[in-house]
Amino acid sequence: MDILKKKQPIIELKGISYAYPGGRQVLDNLDFTLSRKDRIGLVAPNGSGKTTLFYVIMGLLKPSSGSIKIFGKPVFKEKDFRDVRRRIGLLFQDADDQLFSPTVLEDVAFGPLNLGKSTREAVEISRKTLAFLGMSEFEDRITFKLSGGEKRMISLATVLAMAPEVLLLDEPTTGLDNATRKILVNVLKSLDMSLILISHSADFLAGATDTICSMENGRILTDEQVHFHYHYHAHTRGTIPHKHKEPK
Amino acid sequence: MITEPFAIGNSWIHRIDPRLKISFATLYSFLIALSDRFPTLITGLVISIGLVAIARLNIRQVSKRLIVVSGFLLLLWVVMPLTYEGPAMYRLGPLTLTRPGITLSAQMTLKSISILLIFMALVATMTFATLGYALDRLHVSGKLVHLFLLTYRYIFVIEKEYRRLLRAARMRSFHPGTNLHSYKTYAYIIGMLFVRASARARRVHQAMICRGFKGRFYCLQEFKSAGCDLFFLILMTLISMGLIYLQWIY
Repeated sequence: MDILKKKQPIIELKGISYAYPGGRQVLDNLDFTLSRKDRIGLVAPNGSGKTTLFYVIMGLLKPSSGSIKIFGKPVFKEKDFRDVRRRIGLLFQDADDQLFSPTVLEDVAFGPLNLGKSTREAVEISRKTLAFLGMSEFEDRITFKLSGGEKRMISLATVLAMAPEVLLLDEPTTGLDNATRKILVNVLKSLDMSLILISHSADFLAGATDTICSMENGRILTDEQVHFHYHYHAHTRGTIPHKHKEPK
Repeated sequence: MITEPFAIGNSWIHRIDPRLKISFATLYSFLIALSDRFPTLITGLVISIGLVAIARLNIRQVSKRLIVVSGFLLLLWVVMPLTYEGPAMYRLGPLTLTRPGITLSAQMTLKSISILLIFMALVATMTFATLGYALDRLHVSGKLVHLFLLTYRYIFVIEKEYRRLLRAARMRSFHPGTNLHSYKTYAYIIGMLFVRASARARRVHQAMICRGFKGRFYCLQEFKSAGCDLFFLILMTLISMGLIYLQWIY
């Protein structure tokens, strides 16, 4: 039983390089491993290749070199990635990209239907997923008429409806108000699955992830190299603000 | 913006199976378009007006749409009687109005108004989404149906982007005028719109691939036949036969 207790790697990237046509090297000989139950937060400046990393994992972009192993199997071709996409859910940065069906229920059912579920099963799964997120009453709403926060929650529903084992979330909190953000953190906490979360908000990452990584020069810096810490302290001077010194 | 003012209603026309409505509207349009006898065309117009009345459409909205087409018809009435060859009907000084010209203009007016009204009564009384799925069920090419549904979904997003670009230009004191600078700015805005739309198309496609898209849309909506469908079918068959009789047999 030792093998089960040991962390099973789900996503293994070795020596991945990627450059946009005519652009600079975004990923440069990058190594990265995500194991079962890992909840990794990824915080890095804009343009450091976080989204590119997600696209490489999902097989939407082809790296110029390196090897990818997902669920213990090496993946190369478009056909290999079909299975990957079923088991890994990607939440896109812009919810308008993700919601393309006329109504909410149709959009949530799109994934299950593609997986070969019958119409009835797909509708049932979609209703359950919406209920889980507390969005049941949105079922018949028109997708483009939803607010930003609602669009985000429905996008999450479309991904969760496919019952993925891993979630990749690309800046899920951008443009959300505090209330929706809290709901999202609670939902992510209650999900028992591995995830990688890109965000610029350290608070959000602290609430939803266990480990925080950064990216620099096309590579991932792990915990030993980056360290965020949280501390409580009293503001003894009441409402008068004070500054935390920048680290050297 | 696309609005669907006729899609929501509770007349029995709204409850009829969308596939039946689309099929009949198409058949009817062909019958009217191919007819040239005035009894047929006038009967057609009466039937169209009748169906619009039964669907209880908002008269103001209907007339608004008719005004759009009447501009085109007016142009026809100005040009056709003067230019079409044939025996003269009236002479107005140096101008001659020909009989075939006037007949043709009248036929075209009756035909376009009848067809427009029947589409308002039968096709506009369903939402775009329903129309898309009904077309899919009628075995219209999948590509066309996708194109139709995705256009409907993203036209608003693209419009929003256009407004955002225009607003950004206005925020920096852009006043459109008749000069090269204005034309250039509009060209940039439209160019940028195309660039953004194609970038979005790529992202949407990627999102669809991530969710297992294999080139086929599945439709959740099930179309059930109801009692009024049979009545509608019988009525439509009678109308079609009547029109055929008036045009080709009578």
